Amino acid sequence: MSTPLPPRIDRRTALKWVLTAAASTALIERGLPSALAATPATGAAITPVSANGYGTDPDLVRDYKPGDVWPLTLTDEQRRTAAALCELILPAEGNSPGAAAAGVHDFIDEWISAPYPTQRADRIAILAGFAWLETEAQRRFNRRFADLSTDQMSAIADEICFEPRARPEHKEAARFFATYRNLTAGGYFSTPAGMTEVGYVGNTPLVTFDGPPPEVLRKLGLA
Amino acid sequence: MPFIPADQIKERYDVIVVGSGAAGGQTAYTLTMEGATVLMLEAGRNYDPVNETPMFQTHAQAPLRGASTPDKPFGFYDSTIDGGWQVPGEPYTSASSEPGRQFEWWRARMMGGRTNHWGRISLRNGEYDFKPRTRDGLGFDWPLGYDDVAPYYDKVEMLIGVFGSNHGLENTPDSPEGCLQPPPLARAGEQLAKQRAARLGLPVIPIHRAVLTQRQDPNVLPAKIHPNNPRAQRILAASMSERAACFWATPCGRGCAIRATYQSTTVHLPPALATGNLDIVSNAMAREVLMDDAGKATGILFIDKTTGQERRAYARVITLAASSAESVRILLNSKSARYPNGLANSSGLVGKYILDTVGARLGGQIPLLENLPPHNEDGAGGGHVYVPWWLYKEQHAGKLDFARGYHIEFVSGRGMPSATSFNGLESVTGGSYGRKFREDARRYYGSFLSFAGRGEMIPNEDCFCDLDPVVKDKWGIPVLRFHWKWSDQETRQAAHMQKTFAELITEMGGRVTTPPAANGALAIEPGGKIIHEVGGTIMGTHARNSVTNQWCQTWDVKNLFVTDGGPFCSNADKNPTLTMMALAWRASDYLLEEMKKGNI
Repeated sequence: MSTPLPPRIDRRTALKWVLTAAASTALIERGLPSALAATPATGAAITPVSANGYGTDPDLVRDYKPGDVWPLTLTDEQRRTAAALCELILPAEGNSPGAAAAGVHDFIDEWISAPYPTQRADRIAILAGFAWLETEAQRRFNRRFADLSTDQMSAIADEICFEPRARPEHKEAARFFATYRNLTAGGYFSTPAGMTEVGYVGNTPLVTFDGPPPEVLRKLGLA
Repeated sequence: MPFIPADQIKERYDVIVVGSGAAGGQTAYTLTMEGATVLMLEAGRNYDPVNETPMFQTHAQAPLRGASTPDKPFGFYDSTIDGGWQVPGEPYTSASSEPGRQFEWWRARMMGGRTNHWGRISLRNGEYDFKPRTRDGLGFDWPLGYDDVAPYYDKVEMLIGVFGSNHGLENTPDSPEGCLQPPPLARAGEQLAKQRAARLGLPVIPIHRAVLTQRQDPNVLPAKIHPNNPRAQRILAASMSERAACFWATPCGRGCAIRATYQSTTVHLPPALATGNLDIVSNAMAREVLMDDAGKATGILFIDKTTGQERRAYARVITLAASSAESVRILLNSKSARYPNGLANSSGLVGKYILDTVGARLGGQIPLLENLPPHNEDGAGGGHVYVPWWLYKEQHAGKLDFARGYHIEFVSGRGMPSATSFNGLESVTGGSYGRKFREDARRYYGSFLSFAGRGEMIPNEDCFCDLDPVVKDKWGIPVLRFHWKWSDQETRQAAHMQKTFAELITEMGGRVTTPPAANGALAIEPGGKIIHEVGGTIMGTHARNSVTNQWCQTWDVKNLFVTDGGPFCSNADKNPTLTMMALAWRASDYLLEEMKKGNI
């Protein structure tokens, strides 16, 4: 599958959005006016990461885990939000664990903590999105997002789950949700259990390649 | 020891080969198998494909689930080492800041160069492709024809192992019996595309790729490849016996530890080393060609990257195979009072007429491919089928608004899910999450495919490279500055690609994921992006109009050859690597003859 990434919001837009949507959230961002940085802190700060990447000659055969190459940066509160949102997007079903139980929020933490341009941009969008979720959870239910019931979370998510249908004031939040859903799905279905669930059955040596099985050809009208 | 440190090179060799990729590998292979002593200089580090290739790693074992980063632009598991669109400390520059005038240059600083990760597509140029000017008045004819190159295509196909089949199509040459390996069966999406493409008059046939679908026969092939050379036959038979056939798993771009695909490091270098005639120095950054007072090349000045020191190596013949642009850079940096414009440049054409491939792609979602029963589509890594250029007659009759053709490559199916595999799924799900999203992921996985056009560009005066007057790399070597501009020929072709792909997707009952671009300038990939850069030291019939003769020998310096893509004076839609190897083999045969005759 190769579909284009959704448009990303730049830092300036993210800041503007967070400042309007979550005015109570403190932002300590490089270059941000000190008056803004001094606003009461109820959420976490968006600080840029400073770690190094893995370079142009990393060991390709070792087994990496989030946190092995650069430090993870989500606060405990943000991790709770991240896990709750992962689980909302891909809940447990049958024998399949939910995305949080599968550790997808660790991958998302790795992603938004990475020192590369795409990930730096996603970091701002996602941390700003978390702040927006908290503000929204407080405003509507007077609780933290991670403590909401699934129905309450859904009430918020329904407003932002599809950008073309989102209200103008929710467009930015909807783009955050789309990014987060992309990462949750990519993180989940790229694990061995996720690959099996989605129907990927390769990565195993075969003696012969027999092409599509007869039932596939029949379904396509090619048999 | 064949891999030697820079301070252990011998006093003199028959030939120095700069570069270890497809061109350098083929050149060194041919020369050493025929008994010449060769020193190979590789700018990157040594590389062991058997132990360094991540064969069965899943994306969950990689940082960022293997996603692309500036350090690894084709994803974490791409085999490229110390390379990509930028190499730290080794910049190149662009003469223009305009978006449409950029050239991007992929390099790999490693043993085997870009052959470790390449797409393995191995198509022969046809008869027309060597005489394009004769057909349409544009660009240049080659000073050789298909018949001159055909025997070398045969040998390269047998040596490296290429699957494919013969269909007798116009300007799409058949290979003689015994050259090709059987092609793999087409995948589900490829078969559906074939059925629907036929309704539009597009032929879908097996592509040719350098992947062994069965083991090579060490009792037959070596005798055909080296008919009068029993020692070479024995060495090649031993090397072939160590190559396994494809086991239909793991993407070729990671490299292949079982040596089922062609990589210089698994196919050319092992037998060349086994001859005992090859010394290889890695981390050896060639800076310039050394010359004597009589106008003969004597050696190479290089930087030993492990110490930062300059060193000199000497040989009777010098062969540049550093990649077309890097070889241009070495020639231009070999300037002196005697050669103020650089070496082999009396024509003023070194660096001129650089070419890439016209590239554009379009994706679609195909409802028929939704919810297919799970089945294994890994196959031989890349695409199994393609559409060769099919509008020769219409084009010749003046019915198209661009010259030269393109072929269509397919990216379909049920590849290993990655960090970005499910991006943008809301365009079909309407934004589902929760249990519905789980169901949607299963439903839509495998239902997306895309078509990529690969077309021929016409050489033009606006596309060239020279030395940047200011910028140097970390070794103090002046760097290349690229000048680039697509002409209307290319952008119109890209627009035709978009229209064709949209028709194909519609014919398959699908929906395009993005609208096709009517303006080809918006669809065409930037110069260099297809990584098919050739030209810059074009071959021709005379020292006035070209840099080399048909043997890749520079007109100005008889014992100096350029055996990479530099001598290409056109760049057919057929991916250039197979032709590069065939021409390197042919040039090496000539070089050996000339050495024997005492002419060089």
